[in-house]
Amino acid sequence: MEGRINIPVGDWIEAGVDWILDNLEPALDGIAWFLGLLTNSFEGALLAIPAWLLVLALVGLSWWRVSWRFGIFAILALGLILGMDLWEPTIKTLSLVLAATAVALAIGMPVGVAMARSDWVEASIRPVLDLMQTMPPFVYLIPAAIFFGLGTVPGAIATVVFCMPPVVRLTNLGIRQVNREQIEAGLAFGCNRRQLLTKIQLPLAMPSIMAGINQTIMLALSMVVIASMIGAGGLGNTVLTGIQRLDVGLGFEGGLGVVILAILLDRITQSVGRRRKASS
Amino acid sequence: MEPIIRVRELYKVFGPNPQEGLRLIEDGLDKDTIFERTGNTVGVKDCNLDIAEGEIFVVMGLSGSGKSTLVRLLNRLIEPTAGTVEVRGRDVTRMSQRDLIRLRSEDLAMVFQSFALMPHKTVIDNAALGLEIAGVGRARRRERAQEALDQVGLKAHARSYPDELSGGMQQRVGLARALATDPSIMLMDEAFSALDPLIRTEMQDRLLDLQREHRRTVVFISHDLDEAIRIGDRIAIMQGGEVVQVGTPKEIITHPANEYVRSFFHGVDITQVFQARDIMDSENIPVLDADTTAGEARNRIAHVPGNEAVIVDAGGRFQSVVQAKRLGELTLDRAASEVAVEVEPVPEDTALADLPRRAAQSPVSIPVVDGEGRFRGLVTLQRLVEALDRSRNAAAANGDY
Ligand SMILES: Nc1ncnc2c1ncn2[C@@H]1O[C@H](COP(=O)(O)OP(=O)(O)OP(=O)(O)O)[C@@H](O)[C@H]1O
Ligand SMILES: [Mg+2]
Repeated sequence: MEGRINIPVGDWIEAGVDWILDNLEPALDGIAWFLGLLTNSFEGALLAIPAWLLVLALVGLSWWRVSWRFGIFAILALGLILGMDLWEPTIKTLSLVLAATAVALAIGMPVGVAMARSDWVEASIRPVLDLMQTMPPFVYLIPAAIFFGLGTVPGAIATVVFCMPPVVRLTNLGIRQVNREQIEAGLAFGCNRRQLLTKIQLPLAMPSIMAGINQTIMLALSMVVIASMIGAGGLGNTVLTGIQRLDVGLGFEGGLGVVILAILLDRITQSVGRRRKASS
Repeated sequence: MEPIIRVRELYKVFGPNPQEGLRLIEDGLDKDTIFERTGNTVGVKDCNLDIAEGEIFVVMGLSGSGKSTLVRLLNRLIEPTAGTVEVRGRDVTRMSQRDLIRLRSEDLAMVFQSFALMPHKTVIDNAALGLEIAGVGRARRRERAQEALDQVGLKAHARSYPDELSGGMQQRVGLARALATDPSIMLMDEAFSALDPLIRTEMQDRLLDLQREHRRTVVFISHDLDEAIRIGDRIAIMQGGEVVQVGTPKEIITHPANEYVRSFFHGVDITQVFQARDIMDSENIPVLDADTTAGEARNRIAHVPGNEAVIVDAGGRFQSVVQAKRLGELTLDRAASEVAVEVEPVPEDTALADLPRRAAQSPVSIPVVDGEGRFRGLVTLQRLVEALDRSRNAAAANGDY
């Protein structure tokens, strides 16, 4: 077993990382600055609002958008979070989710549109998406920590990367699924390329895109919890502390907070898609 | 008159190498052979058409014969492989993208088989789509869309969503969307095929009504023969990408170009196609006025093969029929109108199928009038019998008996 083959993939990646660190530092700083600003603004804004007002708003949203039963669930669930004294970590997690989702959508939707418009772009992006989705989420933490150190920003970056694929895929899919005659209708009535996108394709793809946004948010939430391992803070941190201290109660409380946030975000974002279709 | 749409030597070949397909067409190979050898599909082949302003031009053919391809070549939703399409003398196939978009939004509207409405928009906003794309302001376009909805009888449903409407109503929205831009040409690809037969007839009537109000050029794709005959001023028959015959329904029925066309008309009720105007006698009938004397009337009738004359008023409107044998009861200086028989005339577009019943009730030949009641001709018993006989023979030739 002399000639055991050893392809040094790990070495190559390290070399690549070094090169990026040496040459792209300003770009990395820019990204870090922007994401930090975004997350902090969300967090600052959400914490500046009194907790009871935010609870009221969320309950109102649940009541109005989903159902009165879900509104009652929201009252109880958010009351529980306040009661467990987890308000601040919950808000921190929520801000991270919102910031990461915003960036993921800002990048992911145009990419999805580009994929829908060109088979070539689709063919080249698809493997990247597959890679992003099958890679274990922990793997993103390493380069994020190397490039951006520890804290909120690398957590947000790892989250953006991890949660982007669904919205890209479903934007692409939604646009490609638009009925041929509907496209022809747009063209036959004089659409140019831009109008075809904004007046026909995007509106008709909206249910699919909304499903993508919903999935992206859910993935962001799951990643934000994991990202607490590199210091992103929030509810994940509560869970992590529970694990480190072998404190089952604390870990469970943190987990419950995540579940509640997940249910609220899921149901509320799903309802946005439905409403648009039924009566916008 | 200049045709509004002129198609010359138009070809469309789909597939990996359209030019190669084109060459093989010139070598005389047929659609199936070309597909087997090269994988190219002949969509439309050497098409030449002149479509006149204001006519309803129906394109018929079996599935896959190239109807949809042809109609999409007219507004260049499909790029031709060779040939030209001129709309009002301007070559669509060589137009810049800008001009093409202008032409589509101003002159050429389209109605689709699947309706192709936008589910997230209300009916009125759907009807306004063309205007929205053209950049017309919200208030103005809603106003015009509302007018279009009124025209198709959907006044009350402006605020509904498409999925709240029945299929027939949805297609009326599709029609309103096309009308709202006030196009001079409407392209309709199997626009009524998805509707059930009753609604389909209703929509055909609606289309004919709209044509009476404001004549547009309509290119109408159909695979329903009754529909084609009902609404078509002229019909083009397509077979394997080629237009094999163009003509009025009557011309095509009486002189089918080939077996394919003949088989198409298998089973069609010809007495629905021919009308009173096609079989009436309009030349050999003396036309008298109210105070023509019996003597003069007898004299005039003696000079024609028949034995009847008609009396019209000053405006040429039909009044009554005079028979030679009844004139004998009068002295020569009395008015012929004294023995005239007053019968109800029929409109010139009365179907041949409806005439025998009238003939049975009428003591004289059946007078035919135009829309204003002016006399056009007489359907004599002899002519009626001949026509019925001919149509029976035609039906037999089509394999019907
Ligand atoms: N985009 C395309 N690519 C390849 N072949 C095509 C394409 N569009 C149409 N064809 C082929 O061209 C031919 C004509 O098709 P077309 O759709 O015009 O027929 P049609 O008369 O409208 O039929 P139908 O009654 O089924 O609608 C068919 O053989 C079809 O398979
Ligand atoms: Mg078709």
